[in-house]
Amino acid sequence: MQRRELLQLGVALGTVVTVPAVRATSSEMQDAIRGYANGASVKPGKVKLDVPPLVENGNAVPITVSVDSPMSATEHVTGIAVFNDRNPQRDVVRFTLGPRSGKALVSTRIRLATSQQLVAVARMSDGSYWSHSVDVLVTLAACLE
Amino acid sequence: MKRWAAAIAMVAACLSAIAQTPDARRSGFDDMSPQTQAMQRDDMQNPAMLTVQDGAALWERAPSASAKACSGCHGAAATSMRGVAARYPAFDKSLKRPIDLSQRINLCRERHQQSTPFAAESPELLAVESYVALQSRGLPIAPPADPKLRAARARGEALYRQRIGQLDLSCAQCHDERAGGRLGGSLIPQGHANGYPLYRLEWQALGSLQRRLRNCMTGVRAEPLAYGSPEIVELELYLAWRDRGMKLEAPAVRP
Amino acid sequence: MPTPHSDNMARTLLTVPTTAKRGEVIELRTLIAHIMETGFRPDANGQVKPRDLINRFSCRFNGELVCSAELYPAVAANPYFSFTMLATESGTLSFNWEGDNGFSQSESAVLTVT
Repeated sequence: MQRRELLQLGVALGTVVTVPAVRATSSEMQDAIRGYANGASVKPGKVKLDVPPLVENGNAVPITVSVDSPMSATEHVTGIAVFNDRNPQRDVVRFTLGPRSGKALVSTRIRLATSQQLVAVARMSDGSYWSHSVDVLVTLAACLE
Repeated sequence: MKRWAAAIAMVAACLSAIAQTPDARRSGFDDMSPQTQAMQRDDMQNPAMLTVQDGAALWERAPSASAKACSGCHGAAATSMRGVAARYPAFDKSLKRPIDLSQRINLCRERHQQSTPFAAESPELLAVESYVALQSRGLPIAPPADPKLRAARARGEALYRQRIGQLDLSCAQCHDERAGGRLGGSLIPQGHANGYPLYRLEWQALGSLQRRLRNCMTGVRAEPLAYGSPEIVELELYLAWRDRGMKLEAPAVRP
Repeated sequence: MPTPHSDNMARTLLTVPTTAKRGEVIELRTLIAHIMETGFRPDANGQVKPRDLINRFSCRFNGELVCSAELYPAVAANPYFSFTMLATESGTLSFNWEGDNGFSQSESAVLTVT
């Protein structure tokens, strides 16, 4: 729906509708992922992005990313990056790992502005890239302070 | 004759069932997602514990060269403060009214440490309050059975049941009558004040019960009661009574 | 464990085992007090609050990088990280956070590996 139509509909309903000036599209997220992968193909698999499917508050959402990898000197994960499609910015966090990590397993807490898709991408020592996408529903607070 | 006996037996069974009714009260903890529960359970993940560290440091710090630190009178908080947060609000003899824990801390600063009180909801006051409240974690909330509190508690209850604001809602309408229902996407809890001060994910910070009550008042488009006002403390007093016997979870985590 | 602290440092909570067996993969967890102001939030007057973020976190063992992270505004306030390390010898873990407005903090912990 075009912004003007949306605003007209909002006025007709007697509500105030605000539309962000620049709306993120998932093609922007694809661009960010492509940039991280330096143009290499990113295949689904090997990565597990653990995030609750329904989140009661978007200010502190626990996530865990694990990657199936022996983390040996010759075969290991060198990086894990998490992307989103509806926050003001596509990047969430980028980790650097190595054989000293022992396992490819990282956790953190992130902010989600609204319900959206998250993608975790792993960069491997052999130059390959793997990913896992999850859709998250975010409950917005009922009352504002 | 048989029908009367059956009726009496049924009434007796009902009465005994009521007497043994399990506590229907649910802590907000039980309404949270497993992830948020895990955040509260683990002291190394609970962001409130960062503020508690600040409180532990302030406990040891003398406010001036001529005044003692809290520890100077009270020694180790783990022993001297055990059970204290669980029995506030309490009656203050000189002010002749109930006061809550944060007011008690500030009165100590004025009367015994020759210092100015911490500002309401300031980082320092929240730090000391959360540190003191931690020492009662796991203990049952035990409001004092002081007859001098009775009138104030009744006023607090009246406030709890009073419809306020442009949305014309009372605390009771959501938290007694509609607990378990939904407001927007959020589950309505029973609203037990058994975890304060707490880290609220919505605030991205630790805050007091008074802050939370003021949020609700703003939420129903009412003029919020002022920090430290006698009315807000009376409401806290009633809520402590409503929560009596429930375990104190401070410093809790809530969405 | 809570860490020794001076006034202008942010509070941290580090979960680090004091001992480990050779070859064991241990879990390390860090929590640091920081507002992580995104630079997108308006204040009560509608003015955007200036950005104030931790940008980088790193953990090193005897100088060797274990794990590092680039933090964006989407990392929650009071940043929490959990990651793992292969324990092969005794030594010192050092944790470092850097951010806007000259924010810089380091903590360390000793690990004994048998």
